[in-house]
Amino acid sequence: MSLIVHRIGPACTIQDQGRAGYLDQGLSRSGAADVLALHEGALLLGQSPTCAALEMAGKGGEFEATAPIAIALTGAPMQASIDGSPVIWNASHQMAPGQRLTIGSVLQGNYGYLHLGGGIDSEVILGSRSAHLTARIGRAIQAGDHLPATGAGRSGLKLSPDERFAGGVLRVVASFQTALFDDDTLRRFTRTEFRRGVRTNRMGMQLNSDGEGFAAKGQLNILSEVITPGDIQMTGAGDPLILLPECQTTGGYPRIATVLPCDLPRAAQTPAGGHIRFKFVSLEQACALQSAHDADLARLPSRVEPLVRDPHDIPDLLSYQLISGMISATE
Amino acid sequence: MSHAIQFPLMRTVGFDGLLVTFADTMTEPSNRAALALRGAIEMQKLEGVVETSASLASTYVRFDPARLPHAEIEDRVHQVLSQRDWYTAPLPPGRRLWQVPTVYGTGLAPQLDDAAAAAGLSTEDAIERLSQTRVRVLTIGFAPGQPYLGPLGPEFDIPRLKELTPIVPEGALVLAISQFVLISGPTPTGWRHVGQTAFRCFRPEMEQSFALNPGDEMQFLPVSQEELEEIRSTCEDGTGGATCQEITA
Repeated sequence: MSLIVHRIGPACTIQDQGRAGYLDQGLSRSGAADVLALHEGALLLGQSPTCAALEMAGKGGEFEATAPIAIALTGAPMQASIDGSPVIWNASHQMAPGQRLTIGSVLQGNYGYLHLGGGIDSEVILGSRSAHLTARIGRAIQAGDHLPATGAGRSGLKLSPDERFAGGVLRVVASFQTALFDDDTLRRFTRTEFRRGVRTNRMGMQLNSDGEGFAAKGQLNILSEVITPGDIQMTGAGDPLILLPECQTTGGYPRIATVLPCDLPRAAQTPAGGHIRFKFVSLEQACALQSAHDADLARLPSRVEPLVRDPHDIPDLLSYQLISGMISATE
Repeated sequence: MSHAIQFPLMRTVGFDGLLVTFADTMTEPSNRAALALRGAIEMQKLEGVVETSASLASTYVRFDPARLPHAEIEDRVHQVLSQRDWYTAPLPPGRRLWQVPTVYGTGLAPQLDDAAAAAGLSTEDAIERLSQTRVRVLTIGFAPGQPYLGPLGPEFDIPRLKELTPIVPEGALVLAISQFVLISGPTPTGWRHVGQTAFRCFRPEMEQSFALNPGDEMQFLPVSQEELEEIRSTCEDGTGGATCQEITA
């Protein structure tokens, strides 16, 4: 069983939670830019969050089912329809053989996800199905490809996720190079409103701001050192770059701070021009915030609802097609 | 050396990492220490450690703070750190020596003459010195499987180029700051392209995807362009005609 790809955006790749354990060989983790979306899709299909999905940056495509299959749509909301009838995002749907799923451009955020029942069953390379284009592992999905799936999975469920597609305040911790920046620079960094720049990919996302750039002492003489996703690297021009799952494993540009893992999906989903501010938290606060996030994730199943309800709910049901109607349950 | 006062230095890396740094420049003892400490921490098989690595002069440990709190991993690493003088620790076991056929200079590696001049040597002299030096894999990084190799003699402590070379191919041997990098995939670089091999450091399609381990040694033996062509057309295992032997000493 598979989904035939008839049309596809230029930056769609298969992603799971990535591969750990190859840092010592210069290979970064890769994996979904918005890991939360993997959990949501897995829940909507009743499968493991380790399943691989199609990550669609900015633009989706057109897909035809070859057999009955359950699908789910999560992450950045995109226009979607099956055989011309709109289907709602953050939900799982059933497709019959020959039916076509059309996914358009992103309405908010950057990365949308298409999940298949049983997970996309592509080749496992070094313990993961995640493409890592800069490492030449896997490749972008092209028209004519088939997305294989084992085909199990339930459908007819929906979820109302927390809003995470418009930037906002990202919580950061100090890292080992933070002290290379003086107090004035650090203060200015936390008071600056940044805008996501246009240069972004799965390696990193450029931020711009008004005013002068941010530089460390002795910036050009720093020994190359380990990089972790979420690091905020200062480029030679003094603009911050938030490093994402396909970042290099070592680098010489200094890192001013690191975004908490629980805030990384929101960082990655910030659209071009979206506003970002940074707030330092202590390591203790960071642990508490991350624990709270993990607990929220564990409670995610309680937020799943049936997609179809009684007829008198229909007006309400229609409202779920309006993206602006999404509600944050915790913030 | 001043490292007895300042180093080793233990610092956090983001939310879930710990870094032990042995020096603020690359030296043989600091690299040896970083490799050995990484090995010793791996041996502990600590519950909650996700992965470890060694860079030029540091050991990195990534862990899950929910299972292994920061204070606890710091204690455990302190304990290991206090076991010995890591700057004199033995190199990792199971090291190998790779001898790799290499075309120095010619159109395949056009910056050899420039590098020799920067080192104050004739081209012939540079080839002789570079090909006779056994270099160690100091760290693997930046790109998958890609080794930093050294040290070369002090005469090769030449700076990176100001202008990046737009692209060097896989298997390129590039040189700067008394180190080689053996390029694992087409990339721009500011290091001088002095040799060309058919050695593939990263072979994602093969069972053994990564050719090298930190601590391995390499030597780049001169061959002609014709010999390299012959190797390219006959050798399919990615080794580029290299020989490999265990280092027993």
